[in-house]
Amino acid sequence: MYAYVIRRILYAIPILIGVNLLTFALFFVVNTPDDMARIHLGAKHVTAEAIERWKTEHGYDKPLFYNASAEGAARLTDTLFVQKSLRLFAFDFGQADDGRDIGREITTRMWPSLAIALPTFLVGLAVYISFALLLVFFRATYLDVAGVVLCVALMSISGLFYVIGGQYLLGKLWNLVPISGYEPGIDGVKFLILPVLVGVVAGIGDSSRFYRTLFLEEIHKDYVRTARAKGLPERVVLFRHVLGNAMIPILTGVVVVIPRLFLGSLIVESFFGIPGLGSYTIDAIQAQDFAIVRAMVFLGSVLYILGLLLTDLSYTLVDPRVRLE
Amino acid sequence: MNLPFMPVVLWSDALLFLLLGVVLVFVRQVRRHEHLRAPWRQVGRSRLGMASVVVLACYGAIGLLDSLHFRPQLPAEPGQPVQYAAEVSSLFDVLAGPLRGQAEQTYSAPFATRLFVKKSLHLPDGRVTRDYPRLQYGGAHLSSEAERGPDIAVRALWGALSGLGVAAVLWVMAVLWVARRAGLDRARAWSRLWREPAFGGGRSALVTLSVLLVLGGILLHWAGHYHVLGTDKVGQDVLYLALKSIRTGLLIGTLTTLIMLPLALFLGVAAGYFGGRADDVIQYLYTTLNSIPGVLLIAAAVLVAQVYIETNPDLYDTAAARSDLRLVFLCGILGVTSWTGLARLLRGEALKLREQDYIQAARAFGVSRLRILGRHILPNVSHLVLISVVIDFSALVLAEAVLSYVGVGVDPVMASWGNMINGARMELAREPVVWWQLTAAFLFMFTLVLAANLFADGVREAFDPRSGVRA
Amino acid sequence: MRSWLWLVSLVLTACSGPLNNPHGPEEAGRNVLFSNFGPDRPKHLDPARSYSSNEVVFTGQIYDPPLQYHYLRRPYELEPLTADGMPRVTYLDAQGRTLPPEAPPESIASTTYEIRIKPGIRYQPHPCFARDETGRPRYIPLRAGDLAGIRRLTDFPETGSRELVAADYVYQIKRLANPRLNSPIFGLMSDYIVGLGEFGRMLQAVSRDLPRHAYLDLDRYPLEGAQVVDRYTYRITIRGKYPQFVYWLAMPFFAPVPPEAERFYNQPGMAERNLTLDWQPVGTGPFYLAENDPNRVMILRRNPNYRADFYPDAGEPGDAAAGLLADAGRRLPLLDEAIYRLEKEDIPQWSKFLQGYYDSSGISSDTFDQAIRIGPDGQPDLSPEMSARDIRLTTAVRTSIWYVGFNMLDPVIGGATDKARKLRQALSIALDYEEFISIFLNGRGIPAQGPLPPGIFGHREGEAGINPVVYRWQPDNGGGRPVRRDIAEARRLLAEAGYPGGREAGSGRPLTLYFDTMASGPEAKSRLDWYRKQFAKLDIQLIVRSTDYNRFQDKMLKGNAQIFEWGWNADYPDPENFLFLLYGPNRKAGKNGENAANYANVEFDRLFAQMKDLDNGPERQRVIDAMIEIVRRDAPWVFAYYPKSFGLSHAWAGNTKPNLMANNTLKYRKVEPALRMAYQARWNRPVWWPVWALVGVLIAAVVPAALAYRRRLMATVG
Repeated sequence: MYAYVIRRILYAIPILIGVNLLTFALFFVVNTPDDMARIHLGAKHVTAEAIERWKTEHGYDKPLFYNASAEGAARLTDTLFVQKSLRLFAFDFGQADDGRDIGREITTRMWPSLAIALPTFLVGLAVYISFALLLVFFRATYLDVAGVVLCVALMSISGLFYVIGGQYLLGKLWNLVPISGYEPGIDGVKFLILPVLVGVVAGIGDSSRFYRTLFLEEIHKDYVRTARAKGLPERVVLFRHVLGNAMIPILTGVVVVIPRLFLGSLIVESFFGIPGLGSYTIDAIQAQDFAIVRAMVFLGSVLYILGLLLTDLSYTLVDPRVRLE
Repeated sequence: MNLPFMPVVLWSDALLFLLLGVVLVFVRQVRRHEHLRAPWRQVGRSRLGMASVVVLACYGAIGLLDSLHFRPQLPAEPGQPVQYAAEVSSLFDVLAGPLRGQAEQTYSAPFATRLFVKKSLHLPDGRVTRDYPRLQYGGAHLSSEAERGPDIAVRALWGALSGLGVAAVLWVMAVLWVARRAGLDRARAWSRLWREPAFGGGRSALVTLSVLLVLGGILLHWAGHYHVLGTDKVGQDVLYLALKSIRTGLLIGTLTTLIMLPLALFLGVAAGYFGGRADDVIQYLYTTLNSIPGVLLIAAAVLVAQVYIETNPDLYDTAAARSDLRLVFLCGILGVTSWTGLARLLRGEALKLREQDYIQAARAFGVSRLRILGRHILPNVSHLVLISVVIDFSALVLAEAVLSYVGVGVDPVMASWGNMINGARMELAREPVVWWQLTAAFLFMFTLVLAANLFADGVREAFDPRSGVRA
Repeated sequence: MRSWLWLVSLVLTACSGPLNNPHGPEEAGRNVLFSNFGPDRPKHLDPARSYSSNEVVFTGQIYDPPLQYHYLRRPYELEPLTADGMPRVTYLDAQGRTLPPEAPPESIASTTYEIRIKPGIRYQPHPCFARDETGRPRYIPLRAGDLAGIRRLTDFPETGSRELVAADYVYQIKRLANPRLNSPIFGLMSDYIVGLGEFGRMLQAVSRDLPRHAYLDLDRYPLEGAQVVDRYTYRITIRGKYPQFVYWLAMPFFAPVPPEAERFYNQPGMAERNLTLDWQPVGTGPFYLAENDPNRVMILRRNPNYRADFYPDAGEPGDAAAGLLADAGRRLPLLDEAIYRLEKEDIPQWSKFLQGYYDSSGISSDTFDQAIRIGPDGQPDLSPEMSARDIRLTTAVRTSIWYVGFNMLDPVIGGATDKARKLRQALSIALDYEEFISIFLNGRGIPAQGPLPPGIFGHREGEAGINPVVYRWQPDNGGGRPVRRDIAEARRLLAEAGYPGGREAGSGRPLTLYFDTMASGPEAKSRLDWYRKQFAKLDIQLIVRSTDYNRFQDKMLKGNAQIFEWGWNADYPDPENFLFLLYGPNRKAGKNGENAANYANVEFDRLFAQMKDLDNGPERQRVIDAMIEIVRRDAPWVFAYYPKSFGLSHAWAGNTKPNLMANNTLKYRKVEPALRMAYQARWNRPVWWPVWALVGVLIAAVVPAALAYRRRLMATVG
């Protein structure tokens, strides 16, 4: 198993190189280092020398992939790509173009992101599963039909409407929660209610319907019939047997997203003014701060690969028959 | 010959027609083969499914009408060479003539006769007052504003009646058709159409169509004289904007698929079927693409496309062509970033199929690889493709709105629901609230996505043996 | 059990104030101002670098330049801040001989400004001033282990302070030339301050050999144009005569920076902790930056070492009646703290203002109708809804102008030919800015008649001030008003320009023009639609080319744009600061000046050189009139509008008179916390019924189903 994990980690390296190559290529098709310098120096009174100076200072004065003026191996290594990517693998993200340390920024901004994403994830999971169970419990009654219709309807509404509507109703009309903002610590709980609520409601249609299908599939299996034939009450059948067994695909299915919770949600964070990684990313895209974009892409990839690995491991945990080789 | 207009085929139009062609070929194939027709017949019997098909078809028709572009000829002095307007119009624009032309100054509420905001009015005697000015077009035919209520009601009645009239003709035609097909008299045919479960799909399609016709009739009678859904900040009719957005939404949902499908099919099946090195490379490719957070990848790619468009102004000659190019690029980018899911699915399926006896046998007989892929593998994964395409459609329409919010969506001057929602956010902060633009975008988008979701459900039930599980 | 206690306490804390309060529960009761910043966070707080208005909000309160604008008087008037009096100005000829003040400008080779500062002014407490028992700097150099456990500036246990000296001012002027700081005014100032350009080049050579974060000791290199005279006096020498220079002395660019601070921050380990002068300012001003989390909140707190500074006891007529003199003679600052929270979007910001959580707010075009009602006389007044909330309105015409520029290098629209001029004049008439102001600004602007906004010397009101190319004067009983010329006149001009009916004479090809913009998003969409509508009035096709910031800048720099929208905010209230936007040698294309339209007119340029050195008076007015007449005829710009700024503030916020030139007005502001708490409680009563209704609906939906289910179960069992 350890061998497997190590092999997976080694396998991640070419993927991360590929990711880096791709972001590099994409970004520098759009932006020459001159463009970046100009954005960061501001609009008024920018001279050509100032741009050159900025490039030297931030290490953008090298060629992208091939350095014709260098000797030997340095032709490939003394380039923007190698110089800027190597440090990423050591999780040294360097400085943003405004001089702030990216690693420090990420470690501080990750908490607000988690403060929203984790409750959304956990509460969401609980709500979706209970709702799906409720529908299955009342299957073939009007409640089931109405529930499924509700799910499809909720699925068909753009997430933006939930955010806009939630802010308008709860924050503005009913004065129940602050409209936006963030505060660390216990005082900040009031800020989390609305984004978490919106996040949960926005996912209810899709996920509940999916879980309902999973439960229904399970309910038609032989062991459930046997249990019921033994005279076990429906409650027990549903909660002990069906839920227990359906949890395996549900949990292994959600494990992959857990690491990415760190990155937060772009839309929710920017609407609710939460200083997390999601809004950091959007700001960086809009400001064309390549150092940040690169760091976030890299981090996202790492977390994704971690998620895949965790998924595989979780299979072995829940199902002893699965062996990793 | 001298046409009074110059036809213009934008990139997206061309792709849309290509897509239409592909669909037609597909339909012909389906009609020819009984085993392909069976599941579709099941879709045809599902009431919700057929109702949603009708709604989708309506959207599609508007989208298609809006894709027939041309440049009208300008009036010329004698002796001058013929010149065409720089502005591109579509057939839909012509049909929606009054909606498009009747722009007010700024906001006005649905059915309003006055602007939504007060303006300084210079009176003839030099004094200035502050009041809600009358609209230039909305309700301009009324001699007094008190007539508005009755006028709206009368127009609605006429509209409903004309819609009902057309619907009645359709019902009669349907009865006649059933009668001829089944060799029954008309009364029996009617009762059959009305009661028999086998006709459930057709019946619900007819009912939906009738409802749509009545609604359409009412709208048609209103639209020329009122702004049914109000006007936006610069006075454009919101109903017109919402209708124009249909094309954008549809294109995002379908063109993306058109671009993504060959990639996903080829790479997915190849990875699964050939295995080995090819599998490694393709897996590497899609794990890499997948591991980049989607929005980041799309944002970066859209920025690239934008710069490309900027630096190559010879690619387009009109403003419409320019925003169109951006739309096509956006579809392409969404396609390139979204093929991985389907490819993974197909790879798994192809892996399974590869070990099936009949394919092993075919291989033993020396049938060429391509032939095996074409004749055996592809038909056997087509249900997966179909299901994922219809499910993706609604996801893509929803994604457009989010991307426009992030600023990497369609061109900001293009009519799209995403742009409408984006603009409407600020209107909600007004007091009194300007709710109609958001509501319009919501209604139009919700209807389309709901129909697409219901249709997808129908298709999935018919094609996916696993989802046959029903309580 | 413990978790239950926690939950109960949570509910209790939540109930102690309005539920939707974005601030801490007790904060409303303190002598604190609540405000916001955004959408972008300030990038630079170094006085040599910061230029944006969202940065000056902070640097203006922290750094004290020698001069300031009088808070209440209008027209804007400079007065000493840390200086003892106004600078002593001396004109010198090429031989260094003193010239009388009325000497002709040609004979003046240089001007010196001698500034004497008040003694006894002290810096805010800061670790860079901390000293150990032996009197040596405690943290310069850092000792081993000093940085352990330090994440923020406040983590340093020891702080100190010292007296402000003239050398600190000179030090900052030298910093303007520091190549590592990229000061935005370095280029401009090296044209004026004697020796600054060479000084910069010399520093560049020196710093090339230094490691990246090493301290560059500017005190070691003398600068001819800025010299210390004695402990409290320094002298700046500029080339020739530049009467506007004194305005620069009221900006943070010329505030003092203690060399210790730079020495302190330029030590290893500091930049990694985001401890830089760009981020953690050190000043003598009324406030210091107590907390700097630009992702969330920035807090200015009263500087305990602030010198004796008092609220002014005289202003312009009407100030006393407006209650602006109630605090006359009180010691400044009046606030203990000012909390600025990040707001990226207008809507939450506006809603929070209405809920009473921000003390004052601007008005956007979408919130205008809710807030403002224009009276029958055209004067803005608060809407009944706002008056009911006891909100107050302040208005001021900004010293800014918006215009639509035509690139004079463009073959179609540019050039000095009669044809192109008529095309531009026709467009100037067609772009109906009265409508624009009413749709997009709700009247918060004045249609511009020329390059000079009201309040700037040279601006003329009434009939004498109209732009005869675009307007005619319509007299009425009360005087008269400018009326935009008819669109028919524009069509006639267009025909004379060679485009009858919007078609090129001869070929009949439709005239297509291009509008270059970097605007995008919904707000821009409606504005761009409006432009298209205006051009369509003349049957001209307008194609909008929207690009990102970089592409746009690039186009402007290469002179490839055709028509564009542009604005200018005055650096100082002098006509020179507006007219130089049209000065030929100052063009954008190729030279990166501020003349974005690349306009060049020999006569205009000659008059400009003359006007620049004149003192305000009839002579200057005459020259300016002639210059304005030239640009109106040539029409390189469509003079769009002068924006007005409207501000709202709550009943508990005081001394909110807008001063658009001064940037250190926070010290005059005051709040009444008790009043604020009362209002907040009244406005934010939670509405609970929807929650109960939702619970009710859920119960109503589930109960019958549960009953049915139970019945079914009974039936099968039975």
